[in-house]
Amino acid sequence: MGEEEKAEKLMIVFRKAPYGSIYSFEGLENVLIMGAYDQDISILFIDDGVYAIKSDMDTEATGIKNFSPTFRALEAYDIEKLYIDRESLESRGLSVDDLVIKPKVIEADEVEKLMEEQKNFFMF
Amino acid sequence: MKFGILILEGPYQHESSDSAYHFTKAALEKGHEVLRVFFYQDGVINSTKLMEPQQDDRHIQRRWSELQEKYDLDYVVCVAAAKRRGINDDVIGPGFKIGGLGMLTEVAIEADRVVQFGA
Repeated sequence: MGEEEKAEKLMIVFRKAPYGSIYSFEGLENVLIMGAYDQDISILFIDDGVYAIKSDMDTEATGIKNFSPTFRALEAYDIEKLYIDRESLESRGLSVDDLVIKPKVIEADEVEKLMEEQKNFFMF
Repeated sequence: MKFGILILEGPYQHESSDSAYHFTKAALEKGHEVLRVFFYQDGVINSTKLMEPQQDDRHIQRRWSELQEKYDLDYVVCVAAAKRRGINDDVIGPGFKIGGLGMLTEVAIEADRVVQFGA
């Protein structure tokens, strides 16, 4: 899927921390709907957006649902082009072992290239 | 150029909604097409006719409604985001309709450029 003739390249960028605002959560809702449209979808985690897929988050005291595990559902939607910006990850003391999914770690110039290839993208 | 417009911020608190309005209006005046304006996240609050700003201020909902009428535009207020924020068919102003997130994907596929305001 996603490689069909008429599929468009669409990207969703997560760049905000997951629980201080609703950008990330509603961004994920958007991804799950987009996944049903058989397009060529890429997901990028950058800046504080890398925290959206940090494992072992405990949100209980905030009363806000921990939605990070929901990112594991992306596979079921055939969304396999998952990327994370190396500098964002490492400058926060994280590695892919700390994440609920395993996106491909890419450099800033690859981020730029990837964005240029897209028909449209959304940032949350 | 075929534009799609995505608005993520509510009225008055941020300038995003004003910028989106001015951009949409300018694009139309230049002869571009605007396929859809999609109101998502707090952006859904721009649609409520219950807003009542002071008289010397702009009326953000009414301004959007007037633009919609003039150009027969397609305004979609995301149902999931609207429900969370108490926005429904009873409160939305003329020219707005409530619809699913799939309508945002549609415009991402069809528009040459989706221009996002907010976040």
